[in-house]
Amino acid sequence: MLRFDQVTIRYGSRIAVDNVSLTVPDGEIVGLVGESGSGKSTLARAGVGLVAPTSGQVLLGDRPVGLRSPVQLVFQDPYSALDPRMTIGQSIAEPMPRASRADRRAEVSRLLELVDLDPSRAMQYPAQLSGGQRQRVALARALAGQPEVIIADEITSALDVSVQGTVLNLIRDLQAQLGLSMLFISHNLAVVRYVATQVAVMHHGRIVEHGPAPEVLGNPQHDYTRELLASLTT
Amino acid sequence: MSRWRSVLRTPVGACAALLLVGVLALAVLAPILWSAQADRVDTDAIRQGMSAEHWAGTDDLGRDLFFRVLVATRLSVELALLATLIAVVVGLTLGALPALVGSRLGRYVVAFVNITVAFPGLLLALFLAVIFGVGARGAVLAIGLAGAPAFARLTQTLVAGVIERDYVAAARAAGIGRFRVLLRHVLPNIAEPLIVNATISAGGALLAFAGLSFLGLGVQAPQYDWGRLLGDGLAGIYVTPAAALAPGIAVVIAGLAFNLFGEALAKAVGLTTPLGRALPRLPRRTDSSAPSDAVLEVRELTVTLPSGARAVRGVSLQIAPGEAVGVVGESGSGKSLTALAIAQLVEEPLQVRAERLHFQGADLQAQAHRKLLGTSLAMVFQDPMTAFNPTQRIASQLAEGAREHGGLSRQAARARVIDRLRAVRIHDPERRARQYPHEFSGGMRQRAMIGMGLMGTPALIIADEPTTALDVTVQQQILQLLAEIRAADHVALLLISHDVTVVSAVCDRVLVMYAGRVVEDLPAAELARGARHPYTRALVAAVPTMESDRQLPLTVIPGRMPDPDDVSAGCSFAPRCALADAHCAAEQPELIASADGRRIACWHPAPASLALQES
Ligand SMILES: Nc1ncnc2c1ncn2[C@@H]1O[C@H](COP(=O)(O)OP(=O)(O)OP(=O)(O)O)[C@@H](O)[C@H]1O
Ligand code: SF4
Ligand SMILES: [Mg+2]
Repeated sequence: MLRFDQVTIRYGSRIAVDNVSLTVPDGEIVGLVGESGSGKSTLARAGVGLVAPTSGQVLLGDRPVGLRSPVQLVFQDPYSALDPRMTIGQSIAEPMPRASRADRRAEVSRLLELVDLDPSRAMQYPAQLSGGQRQRVALARALAGQPEVIIADEITSALDVSVQGTVLNLIRDLQAQLGLSMLFISHNLAVVRYVATQVAVMHHGRIVEHGPAPEVLGNPQHDYTRELLASLTT
Repeated sequence: MSRWRSVLRTPVGACAALLLVGVLALAVLAPILWSAQADRVDTDAIRQGMSAEHWAGTDDLGRDLFFRVLVATRLSVELALLATLIAVVVGLTLGALPALVGSRLGRYVVAFVNITVAFPGLLLALFLAVIFGVGARGAVLAIGLAGAPAFARLTQTLVAGVIERDYVAAARAAGIGRFRVLLRHVLPNIAEPLIVNATISAGGALLAFAGLSFLGLGVQAPQYDWGRLLGDGLAGIYVTPAAALAPGIAVVIAGLAFNLFGEALAKAVGLTTPLGRALPRLPRRTDSSAPSDAVLEVRELTVTLPSGARAVRGVSLQIAPGEAVGVVGESGSGKSLTALAIAQLVEEPLQVRAERLHFQGADLQAQAHRKLLGTSLAMVFQDPMTAFNPTQRIASQLAEGAREHGGLSRQAARARVIDRLRAVRIHDPERRARQYPHEFSGGMRQRAMIGMGLMGTPALIIADEPTTALDVTVQQQILQLLAEIRAADHVALLLISHDVTVVSAVCDRVLVMYAGRVVEDLPAAELARGARHPYTRALVAAVPTMESDRQLPLTVIPGRMPDPDDVSAGCSFAPRCALADAHCAAEQPELIASADGRRIACWHPAPASLALQES
């Protein structure tokens, strides 16, 4: 269980995240929507310990989250997500727990299959992959860390619709099979609606609405949520 | 790596490399071969001028100066390299330190480096030379440390550019320590510019060392380097000019060798951006061959991979002036390669071939017409970070093209840069122009890249996933900006995107690509409901909506698109197509145009009427 407890994050005088409390329960996918600059990515980075909260804390179970906690982050931009000097296989193997070479190689193959890439791609470099292919590698790398919680920051925004579908289905499968917990950040309400059991809406650094997905999307209480839903139909 | 080797293919690069190899060979061999001649004292031949016997004359003790200059190569080069090594190591350490020690301490290091950079290098060297004492060791330390701040600054800039990349964050979030991250992810990615700069500054160190020795602060007798020989020779410059000239020439040649080679390396390893290469000289409209009213006309464009497989297989398209054409298709379908091939940006070992590739009526395949691309074609990439050189300020990168082929003066180019940055809505453009790329946010970099395209007067903007790396509101702003530019100057747009919604909102017409081919060409308005190709229809159906059933898996297209290496003989969509039959698997459907201007490549397209009915 990942819990943000009254987290506030400032950059200088600017408040990026304002007193946010949010829980990602075990085995659930919590969707986080909101406009750009509303603090979603900052919250995501705090969730894996890349950014320290100015006040409040982020807990995994009952321990504060640090860089070595089993929480993995997947990013939006597939071009920046992979080290251009490392092979796909090396990138995926990096967060893996210690194991023999052969085991690692087998695991890399399995993960590549899982994200719908040919295992022979393990020897290739990111430059030889297209954008969507790279994003799937990034997802495989996150899974390689055997995380308890995955934070996915706009991971489907850069994907093809056809791949987006497979990734979303994959995420639902993984959640059903492994009981994966996830904080799923997206601007796309249709996507969030599809994977998340709960939805939180963020606006100007604050969570303005939070509840079960059908309720929040079906009967929005906050003006901003209504605005979001309205913009979708135009 | 092939890029490093390509240095040798340019004339300057080859000459510089030859010169450098010569200098280094001399440094190794000269003392072995000619030490005896260089040290032979001959009191009968003191302070002689040039002669057949002594090509550069002799010194106070009658030693042959020509041989002494040759033998001095080793010490001169050795000390220069040693000083450069010190500069690199100290600079690298100082430059990488902020990334290691966290932000607070890091700020002090940055401030320290900034102060030392502001100090003139040679003055610093002189000052340090006095502190470390007269002699070769003192001089090496002095020159090395004096060169360090520039390196530290460069390293800082480069590290800052890499460290914000997501793969660094991903590695750290995976629990990899800062030091490991630095070694594994950061340094390898900044090695090229560092090596290039080290080479160039070795030339500088050589000159500086000659200077110190000349002043008597460097190498001390009985050792001698070029600077020392120069100093000794200068006393008698009017009597025996060769005594001073010979070491002087040696210093210049060796210095040039390092410098030129470094510059050639810089050119070769992509410290010139792909954009830099796309901007050739001299703008001129050349309406030579068959006039056509299309801005862009492409026929049977093919891109072949090193494996021999074709990633783009006979793409044909036309864009009318001011028209916005979208290209959609799944990842790896060849959208980017098509765009790059049109802009002549596909590099070896990939091969581009086309039956026709005309831009504004000029044949792009003729070398002479490629200059058109520089001013009339603007290219916007998905990843604005790699399109900019991290070590150069935004202003000089935008100005580069304009100064080179627009023939603008420095001031005029600068004014244009600021004007263009303003045109793409960058606040406070005067200040922003002086910043480095990593000081820009993603959205601003993308604006700056569009601004770079607008330095000329483009007739066509090719934008390859320009908003994919940006978040939603910024995405809206960039699309808005592109729309405004188009409306203002009647500029055509080729917009590549995986996002069907974006394309149908922005474009007039849409090309659907699959496995390297265009399979359907239809009006954007028809995309949602009037598509006739099974692939297009599947693509559209895969977009989740607010009505999608949450209990069912999303509709996906089963299987995956074949890689270029294993496309089959028939329709490449056949293995995934519900309508496929034996004919489909055996024979590839051609892209056929219909009367209404739409094109489709399918044996069993949905009839136009049926497509309408279903809506
Ligand atoms: N430099 C290269 N060397 C080898 N193969 C390459 C190279 N560049 C691209 N390819 C291959 O060519 C095919 C087409 O790639 P391209 O980048 O054009 O796809 P794309 O349609 O732009 O995909 P995306 O939407 O993911 O950006 C892919 O299979 C890719 O792996
Ligand atoms: S040609 Fe046949 S296999 Fe190809 S898309 Fe059309 S129906 Fe499907
Ligand atoms: Mg692409």
